[in-house]
Amino acid sequence: MINLEPPKKLRAFVNQAHQVAAEFVRPLSRRYDLAEHAYPKELDMLASMVDGLNQSGQGQGAGAKGVRRQANGDDEDAGVRNGSNLASVLSIMEMSWGDVGLLLSMPRQGLGNSAIASVADDQQLERFDGVWAGMAITEPGCGSDSAAIRTTAEPDGDDYVINGEKIFVTAGDRCDAVVVWASLDRSRGRAAIKSFVVEKGTPGMRVERLDHKLGIRASDTATIVFEDCRVPKANLLGNPEIHDDQGFAGVMQTFDNTRPLVAAMAVGCARAALEVTRDLLRDAGVETDYDRPPHLQPAAAATYLAMEADWEAAYLLTLQAAWMADNDRPNSLQASMAKAKAARTANDITLRCVELAGSVGYSEHELLEKWARDSKILDIFEGTQQIQQLIIARRLLHLTSTDLR
Amino acid sequence: MGGALAVLSRIARSRVIDRLGMRRPTERVVFEATRTGFRTAGAVSRTFARKSGSDGPARLADRESGRFDLTPTDGQRMIVDVVREFADEVMRPAAEKADAACVAPDEVLGSALELGLTLLEVPESAGGLGTERSTTTAVLVAEALARGDMGLAVACLSPASVATALSLWGDGAQQQTYLSTFTGSEIPAAALAIAEPRPLFDPFDPRTTAVRTGDGYALNGTKSMVVRAADAELFVIAARLEGSGPALFLVESDTRGLEIEAEPAMGLRAASLARVVCTDVRLPRRALLGDAAPETYAECVRLSRLGWCAVAIGTGQAVLDYVVPYVKERKAFGEPIAHRQSVAFMVATIGTELEGMRLATYRAAARAEQGKDFAREVALARRLCAEYGMRIGSDGVQLLGGHGYVKEHPVERWYRDLRAVGVVEGGLLV
Repeated sequence: MINLEPPKKLRAFVNQAHQVAAEFVRPLSRRYDLAEHAYPKELDMLASMVDGLNQSGQGQGAGAKGVRRQANGDDEDAGVRNGSNLASVLSIMEMSWGDVGLLLSMPRQGLGNSAIASVADDQQLERFDGVWAGMAITEPGCGSDSAAIRTTAEPDGDDYVINGEKIFVTAGDRCDAVVVWASLDRSRGRAAIKSFVVEKGTPGMRVERLDHKLGIRASDTATIVFEDCRVPKANLLGNPEIHDDQGFAGVMQTFDNTRPLVAAMAVGCARAALEVTRDLLRDAGVETDYDRPPHLQPAAAATYLAMEADWEAAYLLTLQAAWMADNDRPNSLQASMAKAKAARTANDITLRCVELAGSVGYSEHELLEKWARDSKILDIFEGTQQIQQLIIARRLLHLTSTDLR
Repeated sequence: MGGALAVLSRIARSRVIDRLGMRRPTERVVFEATRTGFRTAGAVSRTFARKSGSDGPARLADRESGRFDLTPTDGQRMIVDVVREFADEVMRPAAEKADAACVAPDEVLGSALELGLTLLEVPESAGGLGTERSTTTAVLVAEALARGDMGLAVACLSPASVATALSLWGDGAQQQTYLSTFTGSEIPAAALAIAEPRPLFDPFDPRTTAVRTGDGYALNGTKSMVVRAADAELFVIAARLEGSGPALFLVESDTRGLEIEAEPAMGLRAASLARVVCTDVRLPRRALLGDAAPETYAECVRLSRLGWCAVAIGTGQAVLDYVVPYVKERKAFGEPIAHRQSVAFMVATIGTELEGMRLATYRAAARAEQGKDFAREVALARRLCAEYGMRIGSDGVQLLGGHGYVKEHPVERWYRDLRAVGVVEGGLLV
């Protein structure tokens, strides 16, 4: 039966996430925006709380690991599941309502953890349990065209030897390990690209520098260099064989799972801006009316309604993508739709909210200007807007990446 | 499920789809729907036999669900399959002619009635097919019909809007007097009239007035964009009730003082749009629907807007389904134009925004049938469907270039039809 309300059974959990975001995360927002690269030590306690919550089962397995696809159990009647993917996006929305930068700095909740959860075998999953993992894909010479990466992993005895430079590694300084994309054989193209877990302290791996950024400044973004860095063969995630026909499938599978998470960040960030703007407009004497035609309301109210409508679409697309993952349905198209719509919408909304709030929005008195800076990254990382468009278009048109480049 | 089976058994009996091909084209209608301002009296209505309604009104119970779920019920899937086939096989082929003639063929209208589309939200106890509130089913049906053609879908659904209004808000007497005719074999044409002909129209502030008289009300004012008004035997008309707020009135078409004036528009031409001009139309007390409660009126406006969202999604889907093969076949500069990002990204945006429109509309519908407040959700769905629906219509033409501008392809009609979403109030009700 069609119903698009967040599930009742997750209500308490989502409320809890909201309380945490309101009482712990939001109050730290400005401090760590100003003190870029300072470690938000308060998050250690918070991360333990999240761990505890997950162990208690209350979170329905939400979090970075919640994206792992599981065989459909018989725990629900009628077979429709509201599981860990839905719980994850809902809690990420709340935490990002608090602060996206701090969410990205949550120990053990890195995108690398989602990558591990997506493609690791059970043994690896156990080995890397409790590890905080970042994600290292981008290189100085390639971003969206990840097939062009130059980092190599050469088999040598029981190890792979990794060489290359990775940039824009989120939580790259603070994390315990990074999931690195590297090629087993550069002559074999994208099929040879595999992901490897490299733990911090491995000889030959070093954090080169941290970037200063437009937004999400609470989150460290690192450049990591690998020079003859040896990792055991057991650290390769997924299938070590090179299958030319499968191409990118192995490593790309991660994205179907992580894009809804980034979409959820966008939804949360945009909601924060909408709520503050609604209050500011109300103080200024403008309230929106859902029933009266927008053209009969003040321009600010009509603009607000338009923004909220786009937000609603982004929110529901995100829930849809997660719900499909929970129910073992292929969701590549919906994941990209969610990411594309949510990220561009969050960017538009946060910028428009600054405009509506005038100098109050532009100044550091409010967090609106911060959210307008934070939101921009959401339309870039985990696949830019344009990459999402390519994926959506290829799916809708049934075209290959050779036809539609 | 019960509703679905009832619909299917009707179809089996009527064999609508087989029969349609053999019917002759419609004879010319007397009312000139294409001539702006052509005026005539309202259709001669049947005698609606007055009933006392001592049994009280029949109402459908709200649904309930605690789980996020995008799966239609088996019943909904069965109904939508049938309606989709009807839309593909019958409506789409009839659409171009109906658009040009400004009239929906009797075959299409008759078949829609035979399918039981009018009865989906009428309680079983009142002779309908509904066992519980099913705004979602109505939305899915309207969406599927509009994928065939929006103008014809609106024409077919117009009686359903009145039947649903009677089911939701009619008292016992009103239901037994009027609703019974919608469950019989000769279902009357009927229309919900809210819009008025002026810019910045606010449905919550109609200029059509209802003044209290000794034994009822006197109605004055002009309604606009009324679906198949010249054929309608029964109207639900929105007017400002003296000393109260906006309210809904049941008006039989041959009431003295009621005139129909053709109002052909940019699109929705198959819906034979017209104005209804009320000059001192005298109504009995029992004509007031829903006791003039502000909440009833607001719900009516919201459910009507939801209906327009549903048809916007259907037509948007028609555009997407049409442009995908076209841009893959059409070659320019030596390759299919679909291979160019500027073209492919337009298709991607159509797909993404359409999905957002759909989800927002479904959410509002699901909340409505569960008895939850849905003012916010409808407003947001309406905004999305008006904005992106129109953009999809426009991009549909753009993607076909000059070929999209000529009537050789249906995209120019969808462009005209989609402009109605966000403009029209009333007409539909889910």
